[in-house]
Amino acid sequence: MNVRADIIKPPKQDIFKSGKFRSIVTQSIVMVLVVGSIGWIINNAATNMEANGISHGFSFLSETSMFDIGYLPFIEHTPTHTYFNAFLVGLLNTILVAVLGIFFATIIGFLVGIGRLSDNWLVAKFCGFYVEALRNIPLLLQLFFWYHAVLRILPRAKNSLNLGDSFYLNLKGFFMPKPLAEVGFNYVLLIGIFSIIAIIILYLWAKKRQALTGQQFPIFYSSLAIFIIPVLIVFFLNNSPITLEQPVLKGFNFKGGIRLTPELVALLLALSLYTASFIAENVRSGILAINKGQIEAANAVGLQRIPILRLIVIPQAMRVIIPPLTSQYLNLTKNSSLAVAIAYPDLVHVFAGTALMQTGQAVEILAITMAVYLSLSITISLLMNWYNKTMKLKDS
Amino acid sequence: MNNQIKQDVKKPPVINIGFIGWLRQNLFSTWYNTTLTFLGLYIIYLAIPPFFQWAILDAVWSGDDRTVCEWYDENKVKYKAGACWLYIKVWFNFFTYGFYPDELQWRINLAFIILAVATSLLFIPNLKNKHYVGIFLFAIYPIIAFFLLSGNETLGMKHVGTHKWGGLFLTFLLGSIGIVFALPLGIVLALGRRSKLPVVRILSVMFIEFWRGIPLITVLFFSAVMFPLFVPQGIEIDNLLRCIVGLTVFGGAYMAEVVRGGLQALPKGQYEAAQAVGFGYWRMMALIIMPQALRIVIPGIVNTFIGLFKDTTLVFIISLMDLLLTVFTSMSNPDWMGFPFEGYVFTALIYFSICFSLSRYSLRVEKKLMVAHQK
Repeated sequence: MNVRADIIKPPKQDIFKSGKFRSIVTQSIVMVLVVGSIGWIINNAATNMEANGISHGFSFLSETSMFDIGYLPFIEHTPTHTYFNAFLVGLLNTILVAVLGIFFATIIGFLVGIGRLSDNWLVAKFCGFYVEALRNIPLLLQLFFWYHAVLRILPRAKNSLNLGDSFYLNLKGFFMPKPLAEVGFNYVLLIGIFSIIAIIILYLWAKKRQALTGQQFPIFYSSLAIFIIPVLIVFFLNNSPITLEQPVLKGFNFKGGIRLTPELVALLLALSLYTASFIAENVRSGILAINKGQIEAANAVGLQRIPILRLIVIPQAMRVIIPPLTSQYLNLTKNSSLAVAIAYPDLVHVFAGTALMQTGQAVEILAITMAVYLSLSITISLLMNWYNKTMKLKDS
Repeated sequence: MNNQIKQDVKKPPVINIGFIGWLRQNLFSTWYNTTLTFLGLYIIYLAIPPFFQWAILDAVWSGDDRTVCEWYDENKVKYKAGACWLYIKVWFNFFTYGFYPDELQWRINLAFIILAVATSLLFIPNLKNKHYVGIFLFAIYPIIAFFLLSGNETLGMKHVGTHKWGGLFLTFLLGSIGIVFALPLGIVLALGRRSKLPVVRILSVMFIEFWRGIPLITVLFFSAVMFPLFVPQGIEIDNLLRCIVGLTVFGGAYMAEVVRGGLQALPKGQYEAAQAVGFGYWRMMALIIMPQALRIVIPGIVNTFIGLFKDTTLVFIISLMDLLLTVFTSMSNPDWMGFPFEGYVFTALIYFSICFSLSRYSLRVEKKLMVAHQK
């Protein structure tokens, strides 16, 4: 009892000096400052826009745009279409460049990254030169180089560079045959989908069997057979329901087929070669991060070169490679906005350029454009995070 | 006995050592390596001699006008020499200074010399009071440089508007923004992101992630188009200043992530020790944490700076006359049209030599830090 009376109560703290109070005050001040300055900016913008007679709101999206867009691989756009349609065209063109660019950059990047570690001295030096040269020169400069210097010395349509009378390269772009589906193609498609489902089931079964018994199943060759044989049979039973529309020289230009404009070709070249130099470095450091003992152990159990690479090196390297690879994909997507410099009709060129000039609604248009890039960035990083999770060490 | 053994030791076969051994090991070890080697040699044969011929042997280094590089004979057949470096020579002043008046270019040179001397002082090992040089570079030098470049009528220096600034000089100016303004902003943002106060933390995260999520081009559009709308009417903001604000905000967001990496890498004991001796938040950060954190991330800062420096070419979009745009402009000059390769190779070499040497520097610092860490 005595002891209890001796317990000293904590001294009454001065409330103004307590940590909690100070934290609340600091945060309120920051909040007031931020909200205040945003309010000030909005207020200024409103007065300025009113004074300059700029309308606001998003109703302009349904108005007809008064301009043409040169390159439309997906949907139409004429001066009678709306601004929203122009926005869609730009967005699709941006996604097209980003997807193709990521595809090529990944392939080139992995090849160069592995090549830099090759035991062939010449190949290693060559890949090293590639990486150092391309990543130290600004992307815009490379884009201009491809577009204004290299693609400008191509021949005219009449003297196109010709590959097998199907692929043509000239000043007007790159032309290739376009596959067209005919009657009966749906059956081929259906059989293809069934084969893929069968392959997935087979894969799961083989994996389970290997886990139980250790016996391996020749999964690669059997799935090739499962896919190719039925599809080919149905394909020929239906009298080959795909025709190729060949590009044909008519007058001064090619008609038909698929056309990649010089802008798209230059943009793809610049984006994928530039990004590949960064991806190559990520791949290299990922491979170097693997413990040497892993490869020696694989050698000791008698694995060959290719299986070592496929089963031991790459799965482990991928864990190190994926996070920086994600940011390279993000960079490529954001860098695709450089399209505006060579007038490839991407989102920035069509929407934040032409549409902005015509409507003058800078705030709305830039807000939409930024929102699109932000959501593209978030989508890519979410996808890659999900992939990263599936590749993670299962036990940790 | 010993001698006997020594005589019996056989030397390795001559094809396994020396130059031939090296060749066998590094170029011809397997059949596919041999194939790759020959393929590589063929590519080198295709690329190097013609380039050498074009860039050095057939090149034109001097003359008066384009007829020495490109001429027609009586049948109007076009002849072309190799690289026309004369074109670079003629336009060199424009590439370096833009439209800055010739007689005032000494002011740019002076500003540059002061910068070069001050920066080189930083690299002298064992120099005392280096922090004064740092303070001079970050706080005083920008003001001196501003007065030198822009001029001031009351001081008797002729005013040169920013629309006349250009060339390599403008590129350097924009690039140094990355360090002088973006780094301090990045430090503040990184501290904000690591703050214990939720409001500060969330605001910093939003700010950083927003600017990192959008392309620099939209940032530049934003600063060029929307900035004038954000300030009260009647205030005119200089085009260059708008661009600098955009670059600073963009670069600051990236710097913040680098600095955050350094803050996270510091052992907790450093924070606790600082608190134990009674340091408050600001003293702890300024005297204990930041000096160590920044040292760790020097390579990251340099790499981000390289990225920013390359990205300054994008000011092309809002028609600021940086190095790339001056070269591009000269290409469409009717007297000197038709030498795009020369222009791009020249520009690429400049950017390459700057970025490459910076990246080597950052690599060296990284290695040095690693050694210091292991000690």
